Amino acid sequence: MAEILFFSAVNGITYGMLLFLMASGLTVIFSMMGVLNLAHASFYMLGAFFGFEISRHLGFWPGLVLAPLIVAVIGMGVERYGLRTVHKHGHVAELLFTFGLTFVIQKLVEMVWGKLPVDYLVPPSLDFPAFTIFATEYPAFKLFGLLASIAIFLALMLVIKRTRIGLIVQAALTHPEMVGMLGHNVDRIFMLVFGVGVGLAAVAGVIAGPALVTQSNMAGLLGPILFVVVVVGGLGSLGGAFVASLLIGLVQTFAVAFNISLADVFGPVAADSGLALYLDDIWSVTVAQVAPVLPYLLLVLILIFRPRGLMGNRES
Amino acid sequence: MLEVRDLHAYYGKSHILQGVDLSVGAREIVSILGRNGVGRSTTLKTIMGNPAPHGSVVFKGSEIAGKAPHQIARLGIGYVPEERAIFPGLTVEQNLVLGLKPGQPEGVWSVEDTFRLFPQLRERAHAPGGALSGGEQQMLTICRTLMGNPDLIMIDEPTEGLSPQMVERIGELLQEVASRGISILLVEQKLAVAMRISHRVYVMGHGRMVFSGTPAELTANRAVREEWLEV
Repeated sequence: MAEILFFSAVNGITYGMLLFLMASGLTVIFSMMGVLNLAHASFYMLGAFFGFEISRHLGFWPGLVLAPLIVAVIGMGVERYGLRTVHKHGHVAELLFTFGLTFVIQKLVEMVWGKLPVDYLVPPSLDFPAFTIFATEYPAFKLFGLLASIAIFLALMLVIKRTRIGLIVQAALTHPEMVGMLGHNVDRIFMLVFGVGVGLAAVAGVIAGPALVTQSNMAGLLGPILFVVVVVGGLGSLGGAFVASLLIGLVQTFAVAFNISLADVFGPVAADSGLALYLDDIWSVTVAQVAPVLPYLLLVLILIFRPRGLMGNRES
Repeated sequence: MLEVRDLHAYYGKSHILQGVDLSVGAREIVSILGRNGVGRSTTLKTIMGNPAPHGSVVFKGSEIAGKAPHQIARLGIGYVPEERAIFPGLTVEQNLVLGLKPGQPEGVWSVEDTFRLFPQLRERAHAPGGALSGGEQQMLTICRTLMGNPDLIMIDEPTEGLSPQMVERIGELLQEVASRGISILLVEQKLAVAMRISHRVYVMGHGRMVFSGTPAELTANRAVREEWLEV
């Protein structure tokens, strides 16, 4: 039991921190520009594929640095020449633009790398067990992913809380127009934030690529969860995104680890009561089986009982 | 200092400004009066570049219509919006510091000036801006804009919703601002305040100016007051 708890907790936190790398960019972009970037997970996928391609020629570590940089530059280009132009036509146009972008990126990835998973491997320098506990080895690469995410989180917080540009970004979260009227070039800040945001998603891609599966459907798999994180945390709240990322990460890994069904819990008590018959359809469904649904269930509950999210500032 | 000629502005299809002419001279306090919805706030916003101006806006000798808001701000026009737009999560001090423009040297107005004039803001220097009272927020937003060292400051309804004592303090602040050589373009609902501190006043009606003159001339002109100001 202690073993399950420990590994579920560590895996949950690792997964949660990866989610946060993506959710942080998404939520900051949303609050500043009012754009829900549907293509955010696509940049995560680009990060993984670029990382894979670079790792074949230069090794994993150059990929970890270069892939996010390339994705950040692409992101800035998308903001400068795509979103900014579309912005004039309102939020629906922006939404459709990022929606279309997901297909463009997916098709491009399929054209270049195909639809099958690519062979993105854990680098040899991290391919060993970090520690052994309860007779189970914990891979060093996962531990590296966790530490890297925490380091980036701390660096991000430091930049936002301690630097002038961070101050401007914080101000622009609530009143972007006023920031412009005080003489700050908000357009340039937007471009920078968009670039850094999708760059962080790409870092998550490079870290997740070897640990999970690098395939052209990885954006589609992760995208919906990302929106759950941002809505549950509260649109525009970095702290909320952090809490929600960890929450979703832990909920998913813990749920998968438990093979308990209603039958196991109430079986002896309810055997004769007809309850088992009444709930026949879900009576022996285990928690592990419903694990994929849980984040969306949480989303629905949050939208009903706390529409602004756990720590959101906005009503929308 | 500021010369606006035949200025038009649109929100979607509505033609809000229909040929506004106005001017503000160096060290002058000018007020725009008029009923709600005649386009006074829009006039200030259009001078700042959003909504897009159609017409001529000349500031310190150069045309600024068509420039972005941050460029206009850097040229020396400060703008204080009616909704105040305090950054609620940032402290009073951080709000003030954000008024400094990129690479700007010390201006005519400092954080210390703000605190000297409004000791209650000094006490709350590290409190979040969102926790201030309406009057304190109004002082903060004006001082924040002053930090950017403007030659002209445009202030939209600074006394709206404030207690009589607060209105008095805002009046003192505006006098202090003027005494430092900064021109003021004021949109004001409270006639008494505007008439007392302004050198010249405009009365606006239906998207254009319908009267221009000194406060004394407006007081004497009963027809204009009855048609455009009194309810």
